[in-house]
Amino acid sequence: MGCKKSKYMSIEIHKIDQSTLLPIPFADEGIRAGFPSPAQDYMQLAIDLNQELIHNPASTFYGRVVGDSMIDAQIYEGDLLVIDKSLEPRDGDLAVCFLDGEFTLKYIDIDDEVIWLRPANNHFKPIKVTPDNEFIVWGIVTYTIKKRR
Amino acid sequence: MYALVDCNNFYVSCERVFRPDLRDKPVLVLSNNDGCVVALSNECKQLGIHRGVPLYQIQDMIKQHDIAVFSSNYTLYGDMSNRVMQLLTDMSPDIEIYSIDEAFLDLSGFDLIDLESYGRQLSRVVVKSTGIAVGIGVAPTKTLAKIAGRFAKKYPGYKGTCVIDNDEKRLKALKLTDISDVWGIGRRNVTKLKALGIMTAYDLTLRSKSWIQSKLTIVGVRLWLELKGTPCIEREDSRARKSICTSRSFGEMVSTYDELAESVAYFASRGASKLRKQHSVASMITVFIYTNRFREDLPQYTTSQSLKLSSPVSDSVQIVEAALQALRMIFREGYLYKKSGVILQNISSDEAIQLSLFNKKDTKKLNKISQVMDEINRKNGDDTVHLAVQQMDRNNNTANEQAVKWRLKEDYKSARFTTNLKEIIQVNAK
Repeated sequence: MGCKKSKYMSIEIHKIDQSTLLPIPFADEGIRAGFPSPAQDYMQLAIDLNQELIHNPASTFYGRVVGDSMIDAQIYEGDLLVIDKSLEPRDGDLAVCFLDGEFTLKYIDIDDEVIWLRPANNHFKPIKVTPDNEFIVWGIVTYTIKKRR
Repeated sequence: MYALVDCNNFYVSCERVFRPDLRDKPVLVLSNNDGCVVALSNECKQLGIHRGVPLYQIQDMIKQHDIAVFSSNYTLYGDMSNRVMQLLTDMSPDIEIYSIDEAFLDLSGFDLIDLESYGRQLSRVVVKSTGIAVGIGVAPTKTLAKIAGRFAKKYPGYKGTCVIDNDEKRLKALKLTDISDVWGIGRRNVTKLKALGIMTAYDLTLRSKSWIQSKLTIVGVRLWLELKGTPCIEREDSRARKSICTSRSFGEMVSTYDELAESVAYFASRGASKLRKQHSVASMITVFIYTNRFREDLPQYTTSQSLKLSSPVSDSVQIVEAALQALRMIFREGYLYKKSGVILQNISSDEAIQLSLFNKKDTKKLNKISQVMDEINRKNGDDTVHLAVQQMDRNNNTANEQAVKWRLKEDYKSARFTTNLKEIIQVNAK
């Protein structure tokens, strides 16, 4: 997520983008400094979370958690959701659904003709969804990101 | 063969992705300054509203039918368009992005595949990944592909993909296409042609080449040839291209990095020179490599890598460097590669920098400032140059807001769901 230029210039941080930023290896190759770096032939690109975590950038979206019906899964208000719309829903997935006019975060338990939307908090009840409900699975959560500091 | 991929009601579709509750409801999108209707859903069309209608004229109808109104959110539409185009790029050998919601795919070499199921697969992937539905027309020429695309959208029987792959289908399609719906024939020419008894695309093809030449000039002749099945509309026309793709299949398959790198470097520098030729700069580059999909006995590996360049460039050195960087990220040993390509994207004019008010000498600083301003304008969807930071920040309601008459009116704007972390969807855990 960072784009670091050589230590002879100021560090610029670029925002997260769909396409991967061109990561420039941390150590300058020595053209300017005038010495050949022993690391020159071994350089690898810095770890880029866009590359590692986002497998399908075109179908990846983000959401913000509001409420506490998922706290037993350690998902709290304010957490960031990485949502992939291209994934086929699987039984037990954490899914962003659209039900009764709003986006909602639930575990989905898929039976033959029925889907159960399961919260992670004793104070909330599972919801049964049938073909009659106005319901879609909007996307599957691949990562949840919680800010610590 | 060409495929035209055309998003259905694009602006409306974009808004509906983030408002699934509006799927079957009337929705309309307004032009800049909330002036008039620029896009509308089928439900609105049925109510008699059409594009270009001023907002004030339909306020009553809006209340009466509970129509959802949106200001244009080009930041959102641009990003959604990028996603659709990225998916199409990944699934086709050669893409020409024609507009924000249309792309031509050059399918030469795809003769052996079932074009209809290929089209269905394309649209399935696009709608699943982004929520945007598309109509696909496949035909021997771009003009015919556009016609096929119209049929795909209009008649549900095609299930989203219409293929014109023989003369019988071509003639049938031409007979059912009004001359006003032919790509490239403007309103005045339509009137002229209709007065001469030419009502359908088919009627036009019955005339002689010299007749066409005299009435519609060389442009008309190209169109006429295309309708008859001969491709002749080049990618290189006077318009600056929005993306430049340079790629080729290899005569023989290639397995080493060095050989692949040679091809990629060549395509990158060819692309760079095309870029300079049209006085553009590019800020994104995509490199793709393919194994031979028809050799099922061999391991398959098809992939691409996009890189955003830290500043828009058109010089070959930086572009080739970036292309090779991308190639290094995706190259794998043990495969026999059949094709590679380089796409230069996010193309803009290099004049934007030259026309600046600032001293031309300090181009480095100039580039920097242009970069920042371009970035800010891109985020806000405005082309207006902003002079003060407060006026660019939508959340800061300064006292000056009312006084600034040139600031865009956008009362119904949806959030920038995909480009601004402060504006992403709220997902309820309640």
